[in-house]
Amino acid sequence: MECQSALQGQRKKGEEVKTAWRPPGALTDSSVSWWCPQKCQSWQGELGRMTALLGAKSPLRRVAIFGGTHGNELSGVLLVKHWEEDGAEVQRTGLQVKPFIANPRAVQKGSRYIDCDLNRVFDPAHLGEEMPENSPYEVVRAQEIHRLFGPKGGKDAYDVILDLHNTTANMGCTLILETSKNDLLIQMFHYIKSCLAPRPCFVYLIDRPSLKYATTRSVAKHPVGVEVGPQPQGVLRADILDQMRRIVGHALDFIQYFNEGREFPACSLEVYRVMEKVDYPRKENGEIAAVIHPSLQDQDWKPLNPGDPVFLTLDGKTIPFDGDSTVYPVFVNEAAYYEKGEAFATTLKVTLTARSLNSSSP
Amino acid sequence: MSSTPSRGHQLDRVAVTGGTHGNELSGVYLVKHWLQNPSELQRGTFAATPFLANPKATKRCIRYLSQDLNRSFTRTFLTSKETQDGPYEVRQAQEINQLFGPKGSADAFDFIFDLHNTVSNMVACLILDSEENVFTMHMCHYIQKHTQGPCPIYLYGLPGQENYSLQSVAKNGLGLELGPQPHGVLRADVLSHMRALVACGLDFIDLFNQGTSFPAFDIVAYKIIEPMDFPQSPSGELLGFVHPQLQDKDFFPLKPGDPIFQLFSGEEIFYEGDATIYPAFINEAAYYEKGVAFYKMKKCTFSIPPLEAPEASAP
Repeated sequence: MECQSALQGQRKKGEEVKTAWRPPGALTDSSVSWWCPQKCQSWQGELGRMTALLGAKSPLRRVAIFGGTHGNELSGVLLVKHWEEDGAEVQRTGLQVKPFIANPRAVQKGSRYIDCDLNRVFDPAHLGEEMPENSPYEVVRAQEIHRLFGPKGGKDAYDVILDLHNTTANMGCTLILETSKNDLLIQMFHYIKSCLAPRPCFVYLIDRPSLKYATTRSVAKHPVGVEVGPQPQGVLRADILDQMRRIVGHALDFIQYFNEGREFPACSLEVYRVMEKVDYPRKENGEIAAVIHPSLQDQDWKPLNPGDPVFLTLDGKTIPFDGDSTVYPVFVNEAAYYEKGEAFATTLKVTLTARSLNSSSP
Repeated sequence: MSSTPSRGHQLDRVAVTGGTHGNELSGVYLVKHWLQNPSELQRGTFAATPFLANPKATKRCIRYLSQDLNRSFTRTFLTSKETQDGPYEVRQAQEINQLFGPKGSADAFDFIFDLHNTVSNMVACLILDSEENVFTMHMCHYIQKHTQGPCPIYLYGLPGQENYSLQSVAKNGLGLELGPQPHGVLRADVLSHMRALVACGLDFIDLFNQGTSFPAFDIVAYKIIEPMDFPQSPSGELLGFVHPQLQDKDFFPLKPGDPIFQLFSGEEIFYEGDATIYPAFINEAAYYEKGVAFYKMKKCTFSIPPLEAPEASAP
């Protein structure tokens, strides 16, 4: 199947942990190495341009709000459908805001996806592919989204995509950042966090080349992942909906203020940088052999120390965390990740900084 | 099928089914474990049989393939002539009926525990057809007294309605409905709770088989009235969602005038009934396809007659 690599590309246990964290600025943009296989020479020019745009001063005119990238994550699905009917809430002066259902067939079916995970196929291999008739639905759809909101890495791409997701994990309000070098998004996330306070809002940084995945929102110049939980798949909870709605509102406000020329002073932002994915203990037949330990369940973002319990078998055996330093687990017991071999991901706290920011044109 | 217990009769054919809905993982995981290691299901007077009811749905981690297996045990489905191309769950229901039934016959199993999860805040809900099932009401009473936490009793039978559930294949049955747990997720707390409930139910049968009689008692149970639908457009699109004040309040009183829904526009919808009800299965994921937001229940107190021990069986 065409999407096999996307479905199974998540397990890189161990090797990445040893890579030392380098401060922003010392890094070559991780998206560069990830994005430029040799066959995509022609896109490299666009990429340089995109990198320059990361410290953008030009106004952001075109914003899309994606719901239903995963069809059973209902907060985004229902908010986007509502905004398609009545968009007053998401209109801002000087902005073109487009609410969009990313995977309508999965939404219709109430499932995460039809053939493969839409949020993993926005890589050159899938986007550049000549499509035979029996292509996976999500690959076809990805190319359509790439045409409508991209081209990915191109100057005509949308400025911002807010991609709305839910998780069954107890992650609260989470913003997902794909690179540590995007001053504009660091400023935006800083703004959203300060608006939501005292309610916590966490930032998950997924910039590791080996763990990075080719997200739907990555067709935009500034991709923003919004992840709110806990909410079961196929369910709409009022409290979760309200939190997501606030995040979207604050994000759009920020863009409007930025466009109006408001100055945002230099800031720092605490983020949780992904380190590795941890799989369940498995039986020989691949079935899971233990469940998340009750003392880890619902403890997303809380410190997990070496030796702390992480799994529990049906025989009552506790399996401790075998890492060698304190980490912060996220996506603990996410339903969609059983098939991806991920019981949780570990992160480390890192502080990013952004230069002061204002739009050049009022 | 008569719902009165067979007194004077030991129960030695007992089954525990999981994965009747393939994405309700507590039962799936426990049954798979017991298939490997059934010692936990053994008692002095009998050994229960673990059974994975919908293996194809379990494999795909979905509720069902063609239709809800737990609505497929009606005369129509059980007697229909199905080919290999027919709905998978109808063929599966017929197979289960052969293994543990035939439903309504003397050859049927004595008892089936059917293991379920819900995303609703139902805690450890005990589900049976009717309070007239004296044996199972005694089991519920025993479980309430011998396990931790509340175990509300949910009576799903409606007058004149044919019993459609998997557990109806046996002479007596009990559904264990534990939540909240998202579908496709295993929570350790829910898993251990379900395990304790099954163990307690098996203990009760063992005590009964050993000659224990149980005295009469009064007990509270919730009887189904009807479903309450979500606010929907004529084309079936959701116009609103469960009100935050109602969310997670399963089995709490809901009075006329209390808020039940919020629309995307912000407008609130209030309960318009003329009596206090007790909602259950509030915001259950599996009922969205039916447009059901919750079930209206009435709270009843029943006087359950004593349960006489079976006569000692012949050697």
